[in-house]
Amino acid sequence: MYLVKIYVTYKQSILDPKGEAVNDALHRLGYQNVESVELGKYFEIKLRADDRPVAAEVDEMCDRLLANVNMETYRYEITEMEAL
Amino acid sequence: MKFAVPVFPGSNCDHDMVNALRDVLKMEADLVAASTTTLDGYDAVILPGGFSYGDYLRSGAIARFAPVMDAVKAFANAGKPVMGICNGFQILTEAGLLPGALQANRSSKFICKTSDLVVKNNQTRFSSAYAAQAHIQLPIAHGEGNYYCDAATLADLKAHHQIVFEYVDNPNGSTANIAGIINRAGNVLGMMPHPERAVETILGSTDGLGIFESLITSQKEATHA
Repeated sequence: MYLVKIYVTYKQSILDPKGEAVNDALHRLGYQNVESVELGKYFEIKLRADDRPVAAEVDEMCDRLLANVNMETYRYEITEMEAL
Repeated sequence: MKFAVPVFPGSNCDHDMVNALRDVLKMEADLVAASTTTLDGYDAVILPGGFSYGDYLRSGAIARFAPVMDAVKAFANAGKPVMGICNGFQILTEAGLLPGALQANRSSKFICKTSDLVVKNNQTRFSSAYAAQAHIQLPIAHGEGNYYCDAATLADLKAHHQIVFEYVDNPNGSTANIAGIINRAGNVLGMMPHPERAVETILGSTDGLGIFESLITSQKEATHA
């Protein structure tokens, strides 16, 4: 069994109005040292090991569904875990 | 002419669309379920607006995998007309039937108002009823209508006259003021404004009629050719 943590964020060229709104709110709370906020998506996927390479399968999931590669990028961490 | 209007869980402009098609334009129109696997017998498909699957993940990202979308892709690949309005446009980009993507409005506000548009290309089967560079008014109602594509895609869209509708006063931050585009083959149109909400005087505008009339005329010409 694998635990896959996937982070999806906007590409640099894409506006992130929600991140900007959070950034502004943090400033209003007094955290003037906040330089920027990126608001993305986080997925935790538990994946049973099979004969496919895990990374290739995760790449495919991200490309097909979890991220829109027109405007988003993704990165992930894969760790082995004990079977449930 | 017979229209199919696929209904996804969360679609909410489907009945407005059917009202425009049946009651105003006197066409045949059926609501078809997202689980439908064939669109045989229909002349055109219109993906309606709304919040399919709650807009979970991204607008249109889940709807794209509904069974009816395999049928829509086959329908489009056969050269038959497919139109996506608002959420329908988002679904068409997610499905790869149109290039680019719809991101959150620049203002991060949901915008619901009448928008001024220019018909940039009236040489399509969806826009031939309008005069060249006609100014029309259609309602918009979206939170994620900010059209994005990279520079290469934009150059491609321009080179092949695929930008059909442009905003006069860009309300949402769309690249190149884009409100609606067509695919290279000319049979798949996606647009954020709602023509089905502008088909009767009592609604405030009848400027949306031209899109349906264009499509009906092109179908007649194809049948009689």
